[in-house]
Amino acid sequence: MLEAACERCIPATDAHPGARALGVADYIDGLLGAFLVDPPRIWAGGPFSGRHGGEPGFDTYLRLSSLEELAWRTRIEGSQGIPERERLGPVKGWQQEYRDGIAALGADYCDCDGEEQDRRLDALPGFKALCYEHACEGAYGAPEYGGNRGGAGWRAIGFPGDVAPRGYTDAEVSERP
Amino acid sequence: MSDCDAAIVGSGPAGATAAHVLTEAGWSVIVLEKGRNHLLDLEPPFGPLGAVSNDELKLTRRHFLGPDPWLEPRTYRRSASDGDRLETGDVNNLPSTVGGGGSHADGKLPRFREEDFRILSHQGAVEGAELVDWPFGYDEVEACYAEAERVVGVAGEAGANPFASWRADPFPMPPGPDMYCARLTSEAATRLGYHPYRAPTGVNSVEYDGRPACNNCGFCAYYGCPIEAKGDPVAPLRHALRTGRCELRPESVVTDVLVDGTGRRARGVRYLDRELDLHEISARHVILAGGAFETPRLLLRNGLGNPDVVGRFLSFHFQTFVLGIFDHRLHGHRGRAVTHLMDDPIVGDGDVAAAARDAGLPFLRGGIVEHGAASGPVMEALHSPAGPMHSRLMVDSPLRDCMAAFTMQGEDLPVATNRVDLDPQVRDVYGMPAGRVTYAPHRHEVACAEHWAPRLELVMREAGAQRTFWATSPALPGTRGDLPGFRAPMSRHIIGTARMGDDPRTSVFDRWQRLHGIDNVMCADSSVFPTSTGYGPTLTIVALAIRASRALAGLDPLRSNRARP
Repeated sequence: MLEAACERCIPATDAHPGARALGVADYIDGLLGAFLVDPPRIWAGGPFSGRHGGEPGFDTYLRLSSLEELAWRTRIEGSQGIPERERLGPVKGWQQEYRDGIAALGADYCDCDGEEQDRRLDALPGFKALCYEHACEGAYGAPEYGGNRGGAGWRAIGFPGDVAPRGYTDAEVSERP
Repeated sequence: MSDCDAAIVGSGPAGATAAHVLTEAGWSVIVLEKGRNHLLDLEPPFGPLGAVSNDELKLTRRHFLGPDPWLEPRTYRRSASDGDRLETGDVNNLPSTVGGGGSHADGKLPRFREEDFRILSHQGAVEGAELVDWPFGYDEVEACYAEAERVVGVAGEAGANPFASWRADPFPMPPGPDMYCARLTSEAATRLGYHPYRAPTGVNSVEYDGRPACNNCGFCAYYGCPIEAKGDPVAPLRHALRTGRCELRPESVVTDVLVDGTGRRARGVRYLDRELDLHEISARHVILAGGAFETPRLLLRNGLGNPDVVGRFLSFHFQTFVLGIFDHRLHGHRGRAVTHLMDDPIVGDGDVAAAARDAGLPFLRGGIVEHGAASGPVMEALHSPAGPMHSRLMVDSPLRDCMAAFTMQGEDLPVATNRVDLDPQVRDVYGMPAGRVTYAPHRHEVACAEHWAPRLELVMREAGAQRTFWATSPALPGTRGDLPGFRAPMSRHIIGTARMGDDPRTSVFDRWQRLHGIDNVMCADSSVFPTSTGYGPTLTIVALAIRASRALAGLDPLRSNRARP
């Protein structure tokens, strides 16, 4: 269902694979389940992905400090009445936002036509905004975060992605493509 | 016996430079950095950690360089009539990490001009602003600028900018390659009678100081450099660490400057470590280098410094963005984020003088115009609508690959009510009051933007843009960007919140950047700037940190390699 909602935000066209084919829902799953792995799936490592030279480092995640873990768990899991997570007030958390949003779209959401799917999504502006923000990250962020499958999001829009350490020649920087 | 000669609060360009100069002079220093260390190994030979990368999500969406706005919120309001605050979260957040603001900058490093140091004498007073001359002139710091360019490693072309202040030496490196989009816009600007030039940048065009030449990867502004080709503070920090007299403690949040019983001497600092345990270190000198947001916040928390001035005259650059959409791809993702600048709005012309008269102002001083490109695809997507339009716009890329951008960093006049103070309710994760920005532009800045934006749109058109539009940050009331959540100024140039001067009644620090009344507290950052100028502050921060740190260590003033022409 999340896939269907994301596809309405980033639809496939002749020139664009769309959210479903890019694995945007996998990206969102990866974010919501970031703390199921250790180190958590928040910050990919570096310095290079290996796509343009160097050893691949993006798929080894970096450790968070205990305060950074507090911040990210609060964002993802919500504050759940835990005092240290409620310093700035209660936080609902993305996991719950998605549970509530998907429930509100209705169990028959996937069976509806596109127009009806848009109507239901538009009736939930907060959820749509969250979903769209994460869909954009999943479509065009580094593939190591679970979306942008095989770099197809970048290819569709003519963006080469990370290029270090190869980089570009001076002529590639200065001349018309 | 103190734990060190100097405790340095902050490891950005200001603190790193102070550490470098003082350790070279034989001092022992402890650098306390509240953020994490992703920059360099703290054991010899102090090599890179390999943590920064060409990763848009990590660097621009997930607060990798800090501060996390939930852990360390800041608040913003335009004026007291907005109530306690309008926004809470990310307000002008420069990185909070080892290397500080230098880590994310793409390193455009111009010097200020002679007039910038005596703006009141040069331009005269303006109603509603408290313009002052600096306590020293450009000639006194020319040699420090030259040393700053050597320490950071600046590539540039002497003589390219007809309005540049005088210089005794060539740049340490030749300029790097011109971006295609900046060639189009700078050639167009030249045809229309303006004076663009190759930007002096702290990016290696050749191998320099043991660090490689830039490979033009394009992930520059907002990113750390994965190959250390950028003149972020890695160079001075590494030099300081290699002396064996510098200890760098990340995740160390300074809560207090400790003052002795006389109230006239600092004896050290208190800080929280990563376990939130409190520690004290004793030091002969305390050097504040947390930036023009955190430095006044610390002073205010401790009740230090002239209470009538601390936090006031907060200046940003009033940013005017002029965007042009072209009919072909400009590949702005290749190379540094900006390769050309022009100073015409700072220098002005007859047309500007007439506009100033019409606006009832004695002058209009804009700022440098940066000739650059748009940002990465995630940002592009977030600025595109959801739905069928999304995929079409992303494939055609009018908002990224076909876009060129001018940013004018407009001089922001010093206004007493524009300030940093302590939020009455919001606290950070350490239990300390959040810093609060109260800021609205002086009408001078608005008039400047309104004068220059249409002229810069004409330059974009001349360069070949089919469509142009402009916006400012902060957005003018009622314009498109004036939306809840986006009202705080975006400028990361934060200036002037503890101005220096000779009169302790009207300033916080003296001309050697020592705190009036407690002269073993020095400030190395842009808090001390009496005015904002229309130039990025970083090179001047470094130059002044060199000047003040050398004086502190009793070293002779640097002298220019030749006299003023």
